[in-house]
Amino acid sequence: MTSRSLHVAVELDGDGAVADVVTAAERGGFTFVTFDDAPAGGPRIEATTRAAYVSTLTDRIGLAPTANVTTAEPFHLAAQLASLDHASHGRAAWVVGADDSAEALATIGGSRLDPDALHHEVAEVVEVVRRLWDSWDDDAVIKDVATGRYLDPDKVHHVDFSGTRFSVKGPLITPRPPQGRPVVLAPDSLAEAARPDVVLVGGAGLDDVRNRARRARDTGAPLVFAEVEVRLGAGEPPGTRGRPPGDRLRYTGSALGLTELLGWLATSVDGVRLHPADLATDLPVLAGEVLPALRTEGLLVSPAPGATLRGSLGLARPESLFAAAGGAA
Amino acid sequence: MTARLHLGVFYTGVGPQFLWDDPSNAPHTEIETYVSVARTLERGLFDAFFLGEGLRVRENRGRVHALDVAGRPDAITQLSALAGATTRIGLVATQNTTYNFPADLARRLSSLDFLSGGRAGWNIVTTDNAWTGANFRRGGWLAHDRRYERAEQFVEAALALWSGTGLVARHTDLVSLRATQTVPPSPQGRPVLFQAGDSPGGRELAAKYADVVFSANTGYDKAVAYADDLRARLARHGRPADAVRILPGATVVLGDTPADAAERAEDIRRRQITPQRALAFLEQYWGQDLSAYDPHGPLPDVEPIEGELDPSRGTISIADRTGKLDRIRRWRELAEAKNLSIHQLVLEVQPRQHGFVGTPGQVADEWARYVRTRAVDGFNLSPHLVPAALDDVVDRLVPELQDRGVYRTEYEGTTLREHLGLP
Repeated sequence: MTSRSLHVAVELDGDGAVADVVTAAERGGFTFVTFDDAPAGGPRIEATTRAAYVSTLTDRIGLAPTANVTTAEPFHLAAQLASLDHASHGRAAWVVGADDSAEALATIGGSRLDPDALHHEVAEVVEVVRRLWDSWDDDAVIKDVATGRYLDPDKVHHVDFSGTRFSVKGPLITPRPPQGRPVVLAPDSLAEAARPDVVLVGGAGLDDVRNRARRARDTGAPLVFAEVEVRLGAGEPPGTRGRPPGDRLRYTGSALGLTELLGWLATSVDGVRLHPADLATDLPVLAGEVLPALRTEGLLVSPAPGATLRGSLGLARPESLFAAAGGAA
Repeated sequence: MTARLHLGVFYTGVGPQFLWDDPSNAPHTEIETYVSVARTLERGLFDAFFLGEGLRVRENRGRVHALDVAGRPDAITQLSALAGATTRIGLVATQNTTYNFPADLARRLSSLDFLSGGRAGWNIVTTDNAWTGANFRRGGWLAHDRRYERAEQFVEAALALWSGTGLVARHTDLVSLRATQTVPPSPQGRPVLFQAGDSPGGRELAAKYADVVFSANTGYDKAVAYADDLRARLARHGRPADAVRILPGATVVLGDTPADAAERAEDIRRRQITPQRALAFLEQYWGQDLSAYDPHGPLPDVEPIEGELDPSRGTISIADRTGKLDRIRRWRELAEAKNLSIHQLVLEVQPRQHGFVGTPGQVADEWARYVRTRAVDGFNLSPHLVPAALDDVVDRLVPELQDRGVYRTEYEGTTLREHLGLP
């Protein structure tokens, strides 16, 4: 980073009042919210549905559901996330989920994948989803009254994806999303397979986070976010330490102490994703104290009304693979 | 019980019925179009807004079909966005049982149901189309004659999950899952089930499970025959005759006078079946490029290629999939006898959806008769122009229906199940 600045995202899992929580996060200046998910377990409302529900109630905050690749039809996944991007005017993101638990796979009558197969599965699903998002050129709809053509058939492409476990013909049923492609996020353990726009790194301590952020950057990550679990209630001794198996940095203490920690992290990562231990008590403190303090220090980067998530994050809108290939179908 | 008419809108979002060349037609991929349509329907006290399904973009001879509106959202995602922007309207997603996983679809539907406060519906459809299957993991895996078997097992699994009684395990050659419900129940308990198929398999599925049928039997006599058939099936399955609402699909064209309405309807049909679309329609049957032929001239003199109809236009009913050459022979005879051009022939032979054409008072009288004689419980309207065609219905037809005492004057409940008056 040449200048010290920080995006702050927040994980909002839970089945509570999603509209109230997300609008509070938007007012607080968070760059995006994430919605965790898993095919089994719960109770929990499906994440893309939650994100879509708040898309028409917000106008600047990014909406990033977890969508699991191992139990999904890639075609549906691509259409769902593209639709979220359309409904939110370009604020959609996708946290790539790779749940290979026996319980998750059993929901589709499948069984666990070995690590190699899981790697292939993630790589292929993300790849075909990207191709499907690109399958309509941005200017495919022409509405040419003279020739009676609503669209130009040369600008809507079969993707003809053929992987080791499935194939997809395409094109997507949904025109190209406003961002071209919704922002893709994945933990560094999946980065090689998913090639995300934002790599999420945890660590056993601050040095570990810094090292993993550097490694992620060296392997081509456009943006790196640190995963931080926060507990701002009084009572527990303050401190920072990694917490296996969640692999997140954990902070317990005051709002002021967290502001200092985030200021330090801003020297090595582009943003943080905060995981409040208790949304009801921690989110008001984050929105009311921590983010204002970061803003006062000139550290906080908050989205402007009407901004796309790519715009807020400073990520370029990707050119379509098909346009790059010279329009060959 | 007073006869009560229920209205829904079936919004395919794609296809030749939309007059996209009309400057007033709202853009089809913008969320604002959907929000404004849904709010218009709430203003008109409609029961439900439906989204159609098509999981492959329609093609004409291997290329994407250029002439019709194409490009649509994922239904459950879009309806969830609408749930945040509306308070009363029912939100119904058409979703097929062939290219979805039961636990995943059940979970998405109940998520929409929970977030909307009990306004979700599932319009259950089946497909065996391998051309569509090319977009999915298993491809065209399901045999045509087993599609309703799969649907039945799929629906049973969804209902078992929604009952919230614990682990649901099914392991047959058609359905395999082991899952529990993860989403809390909505105020209406579970999504309302709609069924649209008209084959005997579809009618049986409706009689066993559906809360609402969305049939194609819109003409009065067909509607009566359909209602009789469905009620007999319901009795055989031990369900009361009023357990299911019957809402056939329909179009409406209103005018200031009967002649004005008829003229508008004819104008809409001519704008829907353009000369270019007429030629593309024949290309589907001929199986070859006919662009060298003048749509205002005689039928192509070349012979059609042998073989079944190309399914890629996605519009061919099962009954029309065979006997292509016979049909073409009959068309040639008709065109010769009446001296019809390509365009004129297609205007003549392209099937018409049953439409209601007249003044608001005329259409209201007709609908009141339908509902008072229990031929239907209402209609699912497909607009040709948004928002104008729906504004017309809400502003001009709804008050006439209210005057006749066959339409609500306010929402009595908040859930889709309550709107429909279902037990």
